[in-house]
Parts: sequence; structure tokens; C-alpha cells
Amino acid sequence: MMKLPVGLFCLFLAVHATAGPVSGSGQVQSTDTARFVSPFHEKNEICFKCHGQDRYEYSNENLGTVVKDIMCTDRIIGRDGFYGSNHRSFACTDCHSADYAVFPHPGELRMELKYNCLDCHGGDEAFATYSFEEIDAEYRESVHYRLEEYGFTCWSCHDPHSYMIKTRNSSNLRETILYDNNICMKCHSDLSRIRLMAEEGEADIVNKHDWLPNQASHFRSVRCIECHTRISDSILVAHQIMKKEEAVKLCNECHSQNSLLMASLYKFKSKEQRRDGFLNGIILNESYVIGANRNKYLNILSIVIFIAVFAVIGVHIVFRIIRK
Amino acid sequence: MYLYPVWVRLWHVLNAVLIIILIVTGISMQYTDKENSFFIVSFQRAVKWHNVAAIILTFNYIIFVTGNVLSGNGKYYRIGKKNFLSDLGKQLRYYSWGMFRGEKHPFPVTVDRKFNPLQKLTYVLAMYVALPLIIITGLGLMFPETTVNRIFGTSGLLLTDILHITVGFLISVFVIIHIYTCTLGARPNSLFRGIITGYHESEEH
Repeated sequence: MMKLPVGLFCLFLAVHATAGPVSGSGQVQSTDTARFVSPFHEKNEICFKCHGQDRYEYSNENLGTVVKDIMCTDRIIGRDGFYGSNHRSFACTDCHSADYAVFPHPGELRMELKYNCLDCHGGDEAFATYSFEEIDAEYRESVHYRLEEYGFTCWSCHDPHSYMIKTRNSSNLRETILYDNNICMKCHSDLSRIRLMAEEGEADIVNKHDWLPNQASHFRSVRCIECHTRISDSILVAHQIMKKEEAVKLCNECHSQNSLLMASLYKFKSKEQRRDGFLNGIILNESYVIGANRNKYLNILSIVIFIAVFAVIGVHIVFRIIRK
Repeated sequence: MYLYPVWVRLWHVLNAVLIIILIVTGISMQYTDKENSFFIVSFQRAVKWHNVAAIILTFNYIIFVTGNVLSGNGKYYRIGKKNFLSDLGKQLRYYSWGMFRGEKHPFPVTVDRKFNPLQKLTYVLAMYVALPLIIITGLGLMFPETTVNRIFGTSGLLLTDILHITVGFLISVFVIIHIYTCTLGARPNSLFRGIITGYHESEEH
């Protein structure tokens, strides 16, 4: 018996900034992934049967045997990842050809045209909040866009089978940072992947950042894009990745009263700013950035104490001179 | 009168230099800005020097405590309960009133009494309370993974840093007062000479 893999079950829509998943009809669904049951569960299972794990099998009628084989890593789509993603309410064949139902999959399907973000999200009022057009405009200025001729697409970072919005939805900033940085690390820590796009590419993140004090702490506390994108006024997550030479290297860009983190990592939450005297109070809710968190009351108190100390010393000196 | 053995003098001069570096670099880290990236020292340089000085200071502190225990220098820091407050009052009165009227020092320096009650109190607070606190909180900031993540819903690093900065500020106030009171010897420079040469110049001379 032939068991049907869905073959090229890969690139579909990644959403840069949707709050919840969208159904085939474009309606925003609940974000409660634990309770979610896909209306296409059974239909998708035909694909997942092979593409949902690292091994698959099928009947070779010519040989009369059952063949077991290893699924190529890039063709494995985890069920948990997919049903927890922003695109969880889709059927595989919403984006991929129905011809994948045939096994072996027809060879020409490898040349299948793939959707891009704007094909579904562009010009749609339902997604206006997320500014897909502006994201696209920034991306076109990004160094990544220049790699499109080598196969770079939105999906290179935002895998449509697993991507989920974190910045707007997660209350755990550390989790968001880890998730977002892992997107970069997928290529930038893998020499094979990076050399698909750039022959001279290197995947040596730790040594490249050896100038960064407390490197591990920085990697845990901020996203790569904080330093490697141009700050955007109009969209929540900047997408214009700059050349490495233009990346932020000045400590004071973040470690200062007007920290750039307020315009990037903490942008979404900055409305919830504390009002207890701490400048950049939102940063305090999540972390601590030397130089960016100054308490105006402690500042004033310290100046008053210094002035008082010097005043007392000054008076003492005057009396010493008078009484000499 | 020979009062300051070589190890105390070497410890003291190193401690003084390190404390000054730590104050300058600490202020630089706290107050540099994008528009004012060189508040005394640049942030990057300040971090580096602050860390280096802090590590040396920690070892120097260990030498100080060990030396005090082994050499007996620690006895000068012992505060007796008897008459402590009244002695403190006498010393404060002398600095604020008596010395201007030509009164004799209530607690003249002797081989057995290197510090007056006010010195004892401030030195004990500085060396046995402030220094350990600033070293522990500093290590917490240098190795943030060892710091408790959240304390009562607030970042543990923030609370550690506020304590670090507050103690650092108090130490800088102490340093200013310490330097000034060191001009109150027999001559304005005699106490400075003493900590360099080891010999204390009595006020009678």
C-alpha cells in the first residue's frame, strides 16, 4: 500500500505580526493553541504521516516491498509546531498544490511557486495594524533582500509551518528574545545554511562578538535585531537588517537615559511605563540595563548629600582659617 | 611614632588608587549618554577598568582582613561598648567646636590607640560593612547569572545594582570626608606623610 507524503510541504505564509492565526477565510482565530483542533486535522494527517517525523515508509509495488526511509530534515513539519503556529488553522493544500496527494509526488511540484507574505496580507484591512507593506519596504532595504537571488525569502526567517508571533503576545520577554534570536541562529550558527547564500559567510557568532562585555548576558537579554536593524518609527519589529559594519557597537546606544531599547525591544510595552521615579521604568519590569535605569529621586538625593558634605567642609575650613 | 607597618601602607595606597578608579569609572557608567559619551571615561573603557579594579580590590580586601587577623592590626578597629556614645560625642564636639578654641585632642594618637572613636566607627562601617556589601553586589553584577532573577516582582539585578550604587555613593562620601579629616593633623600634610612614611607626627611637635 502506498503511504502518501505531501512531498514539498514547506513554504507558505509567514506572518510578521498577526495577533492570532488566520483561517483559510482570513478570519482571526483564538490564540489558545492548547485547545485548538484544526478543522483540517484529518486531511493534514495524510501529509503528517510522512512529514510529521524523521522516518516514513511506503509500498513499492514494482518490488512488492515496503520501503522505509529517512525524511529530509528540511521536509519535516512537526505537528506541535504547526498547530501552535499562526497558520495552524490552514489545510496543507491551502498553500500547496492538491497534486501532492499523488505519491510519488510529481517532479514538477518542486518548481511550485510559493506565496509571499503580501499575497495574503497585503492591502487587507484586517491586517492593517501590522503594516505588512511597511515591513516589506524595510525588508527590501535589508541586506537579506540582496540574497533573494540565492533563495532568501521571508520564510527563511519566518517558517510558515511553525512561526508564531511573540513580541505582541508573550508576557515573557526572555522567551521572546530566545525565540527571536533562534530565528537568526538557524542560519548564523550553521555554516552549511549560511554558505547557501554567501560563499564567504561565517557562522562564528561568539568570536565575532568577543568585544561585547558580559556576552552571555547580552545574548540572553536582547535580540540580535536590537543592534543589527535600523530603528523603525512605524513598525513594531524593525526589518531593515543593516550591514555588519553599521551594527550598533556603542554601549551608550543602549546604556543611556534615552536607550535605543525603548524604541526596539521595549517599544510594545513602553506604554506600561512605571511612574515611580525610574526613567525608562519599563526596562525595570523585565531586566536591568546599567545607565538606562536612573532614579531621579536617588539622583537628586545624591547631589543634595554631596553639596551638603562640601558645604560642611567649606564652613569647617573657613573656621579653621579664622581661628588660626 | 612608628604606627603604620609596610603592609598596611602598601594595602592603603593600593586601596586608595583602586577606590578612586572605581568611583570615576562607576560614575562614568551611570552617567554617560549618547549625546555625552565621554562622561570622564567612555562606557566601554569604564566597564573594563571598573571590572579590573574591582577584582584587584577584592583580593586587596582579603589581604586586609587576613593581615588584620594575623598581625594584630585588627585590634585598632575593635569598638568597646563602654562609653562608646559619649566618646563619639566628645570627638564630634572637638571637631565642630573644641579644635577652634585650641582645646587638646580628646583622644590623642598612641601606639595602642591609632584611631579616635569617630575614626573607629567610620572605618569599621567602611571596611567591614560597606566593602563586603559592595564586593558581593559587584560580583552579582559581574556574574548576573548568579543573581536572583526576581525579588518581589522586581528585577533582582536592579535591586543588586541599587544597593551597589548606594554603597558606592556612601563610600565616595566617606572618601571625601576621609581626605578632608586627614588635613586635621599636626600640620595639614602630616597625616598624609604619616601613611607614606609610617611615622605619625604628634600634635605636640
